[in-house]
Amino acid sequence: MSSLRIPLSPSASFPLAGKRDESSPLIQVAGLCKHYPLVGGGTTPVLHDIHLAVAPGEFVALMGPSGSGKSTFMNILGCLDVPNAGEYQLAGQSVAQMDHNELAVLRNRQMGFVFQGFNLLQRSSIAENVALPLLYAGIGKAERRQRAHELLEQVGLVHRAEARPNQLSGGQQQRVAIARALANRPPLILADEPTGNLDTQTSGEIMALFNRLNVEQGITLLLVTHEPDIARYARRLVRFKDGRIVHDGEVNV
Amino acid sequence: MSWHAAPAEAWRALGANRLRTGLTMLGMIIGVGAVVLMLAVGEGARSTVTQAINEMGSELLLVSPGTSSSGGLRLSSGTASTLTLKDAEAMTQLPTLSAVAPVFYSGAQLAYGPRNWNTTVYGVTPDYLLVRSWNLESGQPFMISDVLRSTRVALIGQQIVQSLFGDQDPLGQTIRIKNLPFRVIGVLERKGQSLDGRDQDDVVLVPINTAQTKLFGNLFPGTVRFITVQARSMGHMEDAEADITQLLRNRHRLAEGVESDFTIRDLTAVAETAAQSAQAMTVMLGAIASVSLLVGGIGIMNIMLVSVTERTREIGIRMAIGARRRDILLQFLLEALLLCVLGGLVGTLMGIGGAWLVSGLAEMTVIVTSSSIALSFLFAASTGVFFGFYPARKAALLKPVEALRHE
Ligand SMILES: Nc1ncnc2c1ncn2[C@@H]1O[C@H](COP(=O)(O)OP(=O)(O)OP(=O)(O)O)[C@@H](O)[C@H]1O
Ligand SMILES: [Mg+2]
Repeated sequence: MSSLRIPLSPSASFPLAGKRDESSPLIQVAGLCKHYPLVGGGTTPVLHDIHLAVAPGEFVALMGPSGSGKSTFMNILGCLDVPNAGEYQLAGQSVAQMDHNELAVLRNRQMGFVFQGFNLLQRSSIAENVALPLLYAGIGKAERRQRAHELLEQVGLVHRAEARPNQLSGGQQQRVAIARALANRPPLILADEPTGNLDTQTSGEIMALFNRLNVEQGITLLLVTHEPDIARYARRLVRFKDGRIVHDGEVNV
Repeated sequence: MSWHAAPAEAWRALGANRLRTGLTMLGMIIGVGAVVLMLAVGEGARSTVTQAINEMGSELLLVSPGTSSSGGLRLSSGTASTLTLKDAEAMTQLPTLSAVAPVFYSGAQLAYGPRNWNTTVYGVTPDYLLVRSWNLESGQPFMISDVLRSTRVALIGQQIVQSLFGDQDPLGQTIRIKNLPFRVIGVLERKGQSLDGRDQDDVVLVPINTAQTKLFGNLFPGTVRFITVQARSMGHMEDAEADITQLLRNRHRLAEGVESDFTIRDLTAVAETAAQSAQAMTVMLGAIASVSLLVGGIGIMNIMLVSVTERTREIGIRMAIGARRRDILLQFLLEALLLCVLGGLVGTLMGIGGAWLVSGLAEMTVIVTSSSIALSFLFAASTGVFFGFYPARKAALLKPVEALRHE
């Protein structure tokens, strides 16, 4: 744990971050709409005409009141859900044209998802959880083991490799989840309130880890949060309100 | 997911809830066990019949007194006394027949030293052994001269040897039948059960004249219980039947249109009917047992459905990190298949054990064939695939967001 330093003023620590090539965006969303059917008939709109472009290597925080559609948007970006209208291109590829298999492969190789509730498989060991995306990528046993070891080393949990998730603290579990998200070296990580269940100290550790991934490995990060302290780690802030983007720019929290 | 990693995952999932896995498997164990056992019982019955047919001798016709309408289809008919030794003698002249064996039998008490035994004593001619294709284990058969002179000699079956003599050699010994002394001149080979379930080794053969004149006070002298005849070949069966009918009707002076006072039955046909009914029994027993297999399969489907619902979130997580539909399908299908195959394995062992028990306790012939094991295994596996498919498909078609939101 002591290997993770917590920067006091995150933005100041990384002056070069956020100034990357924006000519070919990693994420390109245009006119995205999402609505859910109402029980009595009709629909309730959740996302209205969203436009957003995220360049490779960016670190974007998503904020907004509860129910403003942040998670819905993240799920669409993560190819876990499909929009009702609009265009979504990931690394120049239109996601709408893809079938179930291609979407699964995309989720497997191109992105990692980090959830508020960790979402680890309780029956499997830490190492097995981390190696699961490699299993679905068809990677052999020896290589899976080797890579899981590396990943756990990266998040400082090698010594707990054989433990079960429920034997770990929340912060440790979230680090396992991050290691799992990194398994296939994806260019993008989507994190929906990753520190929502954690105390301030542990949140700082997790954010420092994200920061390192962004700065050292150039991984693009999209992160939903309610806390200004967390948002301040990002280099760009996107604010949602009632299913629309009401702010897109500097982190003014 | 790589194919070799999937079984391990399935194994782990089943291990997570051992009691439930065990109970679900129990349904399969009982189903497969029942199929193996029932097929074994059926196969045993079939082989008993087949053996009885082989032991019976072939190209046989059974001529018994009484009309076919009153005699019914019982093998041991013969209450009326219209068939005589003279009829049998006349039949030996028919060119379509190769052997004629008149039989007179009755129950009698045997004694040898202090031991007693109740059995059936058959009065026969030397042809009897021929038509029954029955050989002697030791000693020699009696001759036609023994019949003509009504000598008191006897051939005894294996059961008699066991009951009266034990380890002693019966040859040359004198036994008493209804208190009359008879010399044992031969021991019959083991014959086993007949088609109608009689122990054919519990028998004493004596010359027919001896039986009729000395042993049993016959109300109608010279009558016999039945005559077994052997046709010259399979192709002569129908001619033989026609010849016998004509001969006997003449001898009995039956006018045209009067019903025959005797019945001729083709024993081969009777045997074939028995074999067919044994076959039908095997099929029926197997079908009944399959029902329990079906019930076991439904149990598996039920548990797999519960499991899919319980693990919806797990499915969502797996999909979020890159599991394809076929990975999820394979995972749940493999779990169902593993349940069935393991259940099938244990069930087969139980079925074999049960068959062994039944053959020991009920003294039935029970035969476990490798094809019945293969059949029940195949059945178990296809049950797994069939009943596991719907829950697995349900899991695979879940939408990732909805699965993740579950619980
Ligand atoms: N499956 C669904 N069916 C119907 N309505 C839904 C469904 N999922 C989300 N919603 C609605 O969509 C709106 C946006 O939900 P979403 O979860 O995206 O909000 P959020 O911004 O993530 O909120 P929070 O900050 O509380 O997590 C909400 O009003 C919610 O009720
Ligand atoms: Mg949310």
